[in-house]
Amino acid sequence: MALFKSALGKLKKGLARTRETLGGGLRSLLTGKRLDEQLLKDLERRLIESDVGVAGARELVESVRTDYKAGNIETGDQVLDHLKRQLKSWWPEQDRSLTFATSGPTVILVTGINGVGKTTSIAKLCKALRDEGRTVLLGACDTFRAGAVRQLEIWGERLGIDVVKGQQGGDPASVAFDACDAAVARQVDVLILDTAGRLHTQQGLMGQLEKIRRVIDKRIPGGPHEVLLVLDATSGQNALRQAEEFKASAGVSGIVLAKLDGTARGGIVVAIRSATDIPVKFVGVGETPDDLEPFDPEAFVEAMLAE
Amino acid sequence: MFDRLSDGFNGVFKKLSGQGSISESNVREAMDEVRTALLEADVQYDVVETFCERVMADAVGREVTKSLKPGQEMIGIVNRRLVELLGGDPDADPQEALTQSGPGILKMSPGPTVVMMCGLQGSGKTTTCGKLAAMLKKQGRSVMLCAADLQRPAAVEQLETVAGQADQLPGGAQVRFYGEADQVGAYGERVGVAVDVCKRALKAAREAGVDVLILDTAGRLHVNDELMGELHSVHKVLNPHHIFLVVDAMTGQDAVNSAKAFHERLEVDGVILTKFDSDTRGGAALSVKHVTGAPIRYIGVGEKLDAIEPFHAERMAGRILGMGDVVSLVEKAQQEVTEEEAEKLQAKMAKGELTMDDFLKQMRSLRRMGPMKQLMGMLPGVGSMLKDIDIDEKQLDRTEAMVQSMTPAERAKPDLIKGKRQKRIAQGSGNEQTQVGQLVKQFGLLNKMTKQMSGMSGSARVAAAKQLAGGGMGGMMSGMPGLGTKGSTKSGSRGVKKRKPKKRR
Ligand SMILES: Nc1nc2c(ncn2[C@@H]2O[C@H](COP(=O)(O)OP(=O)(O)OP(=O)(O)O)[C@@H](O)[C@H]2O)c(=O)[nH]1
Ligand SMILES: Nc1nc2c(ncn2[C@@H]2O[C@H](COP(=O)(O)OP(=O)(O)O)[C@@H](O)[C@H]2O)c(=O)[nH]1
Ligand SMILES: [Mg+2]
Ligand SMILES: [Mg+2]
Repeated sequence: MALFKSALGKLKKGLARTRETLGGGLRSLLTGKRLDEQLLKDLERRLIESDVGVAGARELVESVRTDYKAGNIETGDQVLDHLKRQLKSWWPEQDRSLTFATSGPTVILVTGINGVGKTTSIAKLCKALRDEGRTVLLGACDTFRAGAVRQLEIWGERLGIDVVKGQQGGDPASVAFDACDAAVARQVDVLILDTAGRLHTQQGLMGQLEKIRRVIDKRIPGGPHEVLLVLDATSGQNALRQAEEFKASAGVSGIVLAKLDGTARGGIVVAIRSATDIPVKFVGVGETPDDLEPFDPEAFVEAMLAE
Repeated sequence: MFDRLSDGFNGVFKKLSGQGSISESNVREAMDEVRTALLEADVQYDVVETFCERVMADAVGREVTKSLKPGQEMIGIVNRRLVELLGGDPDADPQEALTQSGPGILKMSPGPTVVMMCGLQGSGKTTTCGKLAAMLKKQGRSVMLCAADLQRPAAVEQLETVAGQADQLPGGAQVRFYGEADQVGAYGERVGVAVDVCKRALKAAREAGVDVLILDTAGRLHVNDELMGELHSVHKVLNPHHIFLVVDAMTGQDAVNSAKAFHERLEVDGVILTKFDSDTRGGAALSVKHVTGAPIRYIGVGEKLDAIEPFHAERMAGRILGMGDVVSLVEKAQQEVTEEEAEKLQAKMAKGELTMDDFLKQMRSLRRMGPMKQLMGMLPGVGSMLKDIDIDEKQLDRTEAMVQSMTPAERAKPDLIKGKRQKRIAQGSGNEQTQVGQLVKQFGLLNKMTKQMSGMSGSARVAAAKQLAGGGMGGMMSGMPGLGTKGSTKSGSRGVKKRKPKKRR
């Protein structure tokens, strides 16, 4: 059930900055050079600067060094090929499309820390699903942040999608409850629930997510069918802690990496990969509903190491 | 939040102190650990290099290798450099530096003082506008918040709500809102209009005699020329007295690039770091300070409008070095426990008469202060140990549930809790009977211990705590307040927290 056939052109455009700095940098660093210890050091630096993380960068550099010592690699260009192969091998064949319910409404719960891009990503998902001919309903479970419900409603109005909402400051689980009932009654294909940003260290709020999950499952057995964690591509290594904690308390099934157009270096994707097996399913590359792309590791690595 | 950094430094010092004589290459090698710790904390690569070079040069210059206590000396050097890098004065009297809260927001006459916020999407600008307004209101200064974000859906409504919330908070002045919701046109088509809205807001602020006008601008990428141009126009036309760059403390290596771009375009004169209540190692603080040279003025520590604090380089450096952020902790504790309560508690503890109710109350107010792990991280020497400790907040929940299932009589006299009562409490709270038994037993021990310790002098108390920690005390604490530990102990924590607020007063 492949949602969104890979629109490679767009992804490349979104990664223009990545290519410029990370890719371009790596390329200009490596092409036409003879490999030596200094170049390895520079490579490590370049990778760290792209948020790959110290451990990830060292692992990559070590793998190059091993081949170098064994006499298999002599030039910078060979290093590029090596990196490409190495990085691509880090991503297993994996289904990165959305999981849908076998019958009845599919429930997608969207979570993440504050300000990462949850609501905007939801607008993007809505558009993509609607363009596929699916009917969508939204549930405004962010009852906490000022203007959050209105923000979602505005997106709903723009995209022609209804929003189930509750009281400002009310119980998000009860909004989820109502939204599930409405989704069943209206026989929509997909229900997407927006939640308030919460830090992964806030145990109480993480517990609230569990409660929301339970409520969903009660109203729509088997739900939520997809729990998406939105991460900010400009964030540093803390993104890994977020992935870990949200996975433990909310059963995250996929990651949306927002703001990839902003970060100059997509290395955090590599760091996430080495730390967790939760698949990155989508990347956000801008602020409009069109700016969502499926994550394609092959294309991503190519973009990272492109001209 | 800097616990990892502390680990790195502690590693270095352990290494140094464990050796008889120390060579320059030892120092160099040890510095590698510092380097790694800083990089893992997301401090930008160049910033790390510069920092390490300076520390090395200092260490060599001061002949650390010949020093009797090289570890201590290194801590001193690293601390100095860190304070300096964070924008503090390493020569300032530490006590004084901690009580100073830096320059506030200028007072202009005629008013208003114009403050402009800027930053990437979602960094926390709008919330921080509300926090600044609340802070100023408390100081008796009137504020107007202007919604200059016409881009993001419902941004105007968000600021209006935030302004309303700030106005509800205590203080002798009003918080007003200025917005032109009708100017919000189709998404993305309204770039130039924000400047006009700001101009009209300034006029309105003048007419109303408002003291401070704060402009909440739309989040934007530093590489978006059009939107950066808009900020530039607002800057040119309004000539703000303060330009604050709002940065998410969790930002990665790219923090330097965005901060640099904003700074080049606007001459940022202050940085506000948000979301410090997370467990980020917060290297962005160092990076941003380094590239902008602008002082870090405030830190955001929560979503509520009172969750803002002045930035203290000394505190932050102390935290990095594993000296703990005791001052912050004390302040937090003071908000939770009144002096009177603390006195009463102290007396009870001295007699070993703590009840389960006291315990529950303590635990709750402790937990209100933040996640246990974060609190512990603020304690001296505890930060670095936390890595191996698994603080299970769920266990804390279970402990709370157990106490809640006790009758008032049982809470006052936990010794009553035997057989049948244990079973009932276990059932009521969804726990095993043995767990209830354990809790009661450990509670008894705690009372015995606090009684013993209260009779000792300060240093004897520390020694006793250490001894206890060595001999099974760790195990006790692990079950006691629900602090499931995987190994080492952090026994002093509860005691320290309770005693500290008194000491300071
Ligand atoms: N935990 C925590 N959350 C914060 C803090 N400051 C802001 N937030 C949250 O971060 C999210 C984004 O905050 P906003 O104030 O809307 O950020 P903004 O920069 O105005 O965002 P845009 O206008 O979309 O660019 C909200 O969910 C806030 O509640 C903080 O110090 N700690
Ligand atoms: N440049 C860029 N901005 C984004 C992206 N996704 C979200 N944003 C912006 O980030 C800010 C926070 O987004 P929002 O969806 O409200 O985050 P939430 O608090 O997690 O729901 C808004 O200003 C969005 O316009 C993205 O992919 N690229
Ligand atoms: Mg939202
Ligand atoms: Mg805003």
